Amino acid sequence: MAFSTTALRRTLTTSALTAAIAVSPLLTAIAQAVTLNGAGATFPAPLYEKYISEFQKKNPDIKVNYQAIGSGGGIRQTIAGIIDFGGSDAAMTDSDIAKVSKGILLVPTAGGAVAVVYNLPGVSSLKLSQKSLAEIFAGRLAKWNDPKIAADNPGVNLPDQPIKTAVRADGSGTTFIFTNALSSMNSYFKGRVGVGTAPKWTTNPLKGRGNPGVAAQVKRTPYSIGYVEFAYAKKNGLQAAAIENKKGEFVLPSLETANKALSTVKFPDNFRVFEGNPSDGYPIVGLTWLLVYKQYDADKKAAMKKWINWVLTDGQELNDDLDYTRIPADTAQKAIAAFDAEVK
Amino acid sequence: MIDPSQPVPNIVASTAMTLPDLREGEGLESQTFFSWDQAFRWLVLGISLATAGVLFWLGGVIFQQALPAIRQFGWAFLWNQDWDVGNLTFGALPYLYGTLVSSGIALLIALPVGLAVALITSENFLPGWVRSPLAFVVELIAAIPSVVVGLWGILVMVPWLQPLQLGLHAHLGGLPIFGTEPFGSSMLAAGIILAIMILPAIAAISREVLIAIPPDLRSASMSLGATRWETIFRVLLPAGTSGIIGAAMLALGRALGETMAVTMVIGNSDLLSVSILDPGNTIPAILANQFPEALDDIHIGALMYLGLILFALTFAVNVAAVLMIRVLGFKRDG
Repeated sequence: MAFSTTALRRTLTTSALTAAIAVSPLLTAIAQAVTLNGAGATFPAPLYEKYISEFQKKNPDIKVNYQAIGSGGGIRQTIAGIIDFGGSDAAMTDSDIAKVSKGILLVPTAGGAVAVVYNLPGVSSLKLSQKSLAEIFAGRLAKWNDPKIAADNPGVNLPDQPIKTAVRADGSGTTFIFTNALSSMNSYFKGRVGVGTAPKWTTNPLKGRGNPGVAAQVKRTPYSIGYVEFAYAKKNGLQAAAIENKKGEFVLPSLETANKALSTVKFPDNFRVFEGNPSDGYPIVGLTWLLVYKQYDADKKAAMKKWINWVLTDGQELNDDLDYTRIPADTAQKAIAAFDAEVK
Repeated sequence: MIDPSQPVPNIVASTAMTLPDLREGEGLESQTFFSWDQAFRWLVLGISLATAGVLFWLGGVIFQQALPAIRQFGWAFLWNQDWDVGNLTFGALPYLYGTLVSSGIALLIALPVGLAVALITSENFLPGWVRSPLAFVVELIAAIPSVVVGLWGILVMVPWLQPLQLGLHAHLGGLPIFGTEPFGSSMLAAGIILAIMILPAIAAISREVLIAIPPDLRSASMSLGATRWETIFRVLLPAGTSGIIGAAMLALGRALGETMAVTMVIGNSDLLSVSILDPGNTIPAILANQFPEALDDIHIGALMYLGLILFALTFAVNVAAVLMIRVLGFKRDG
């Protein structure tokens, strides 16, 4: 009896001590931690997950959350003011920014290319001029052996088959980048389809949900053509078409050609660019932004400064591994300077 | 043995002594018990009212967000076919049509199959050690997450279905519903996926209904000389009609609201087509696809308006189920 009471007491004391020792750093950590909540675009979500895990290893006192709810949702929640930063593939428009009394700074974090994938039995390399590509997706070119496509591909035996287009069923930043590029390349496409995350297609296309959905549609349907994120196409070994750029070269999508394209883009002071047809490199590229308020309380401001700084410097090193393009170094420096100058 | 004078006063005395105590204790106890009882009643009432409140709250929020679209498009939204985010014109007809047709196809397939499963697993055609596992496995289909069903649908079922769809078009292409060349994803594929998903509900509920039919009915039918199949079709199924209809309506409700699996195989086309080999779209599918990226108030409003329509549709199905069961039950009792 006596023994068991002592033993029990000893056990209790020991476990209480152990618990206290184990929990105390946690408690202090909780006491000091600043949490930054973000939400928005799904396209950079894998990259941001990686950013967050690496950033928190270096800054255990700052906790960053990012919910991939879509660009539209990110902008809506940013306007509602219920998050600390938003994420969007389509930069916020002036009229949306005007709805935020605290003001918004657009910080570009990464870019990505959109690959044009196709399923043409017997054809292993396809080249498409800007005009052909845009007119295929606008419904003006209906057959694969159209003289315009044949002119891009001398010596290739193109089938006498109708072209079936495949697009994203869900509203998506990938579609925004793709339609933005095609609209810049071709006025016919711009008039018929236009730019948007879910435009009204005129070709009665097959529609798949997400990159896997489009890829599955293309894979399954002979004589079809669609578009997916470059990173997805690369990871899954999908056959991509070489697209003509502004210089008249046919370029295959790759990290190098996409980086090359972005390096030619001139960023204005608000970092918002809708460049649809870069002068060099792979022409179908786009950017993704963090939407940062221009006012925070002191703790949050310090944490945001560290986070944005890290994303634009050390974080950029991670972009390559995940097949995202980098923000050109001088633009990244300008964005850091803009944060210091404008965020109060 | 008994001294009449002794025990009687004792009893009287003890009862006289204990009775007030008892009464007091009883009163006290019942009073505390009463208040607990009361508290529990209010708690339960509160919880159930809160549950109903959530429904009205949801409805209210959706209605409020749908208002811009309701004001702009009015009832014409229901039969307008144009859905153009760029020009902010919206119409619900292709989605409304797709929701009804895909769910209809699902019910058309799942009801006979589900009834067959229910009959086989409730009658003694098969030994018990086959029947129970069979029923269990069919019910297990309900446990598969719909996104997994959808992935299976797009990767396995649609390619496997394609020869059938091509065959339907080649041989029955004269009929408008098979009048277009299939590309894989189609209204038919969505209907079949939905049929698979609602099958467990129909099979399980119908089985319970058939098992619950009093054995006297069967014995009476058999003793009048009816064969087993006559008994099943003339006695058992009619007796279970109201339950089976309830099962079908419950399943239909699920089919109307199913999102992920449908959007993966239906092709998500915004063009209305009579052919079930053409891709289509449903209300839940377009909600899931467009809501995350929707930005304009009128676009969000149109999506919310679609949500309201789906709400009304499901409500109508439930009301219809209740009415049908009432009418059929009444007829049988009368």
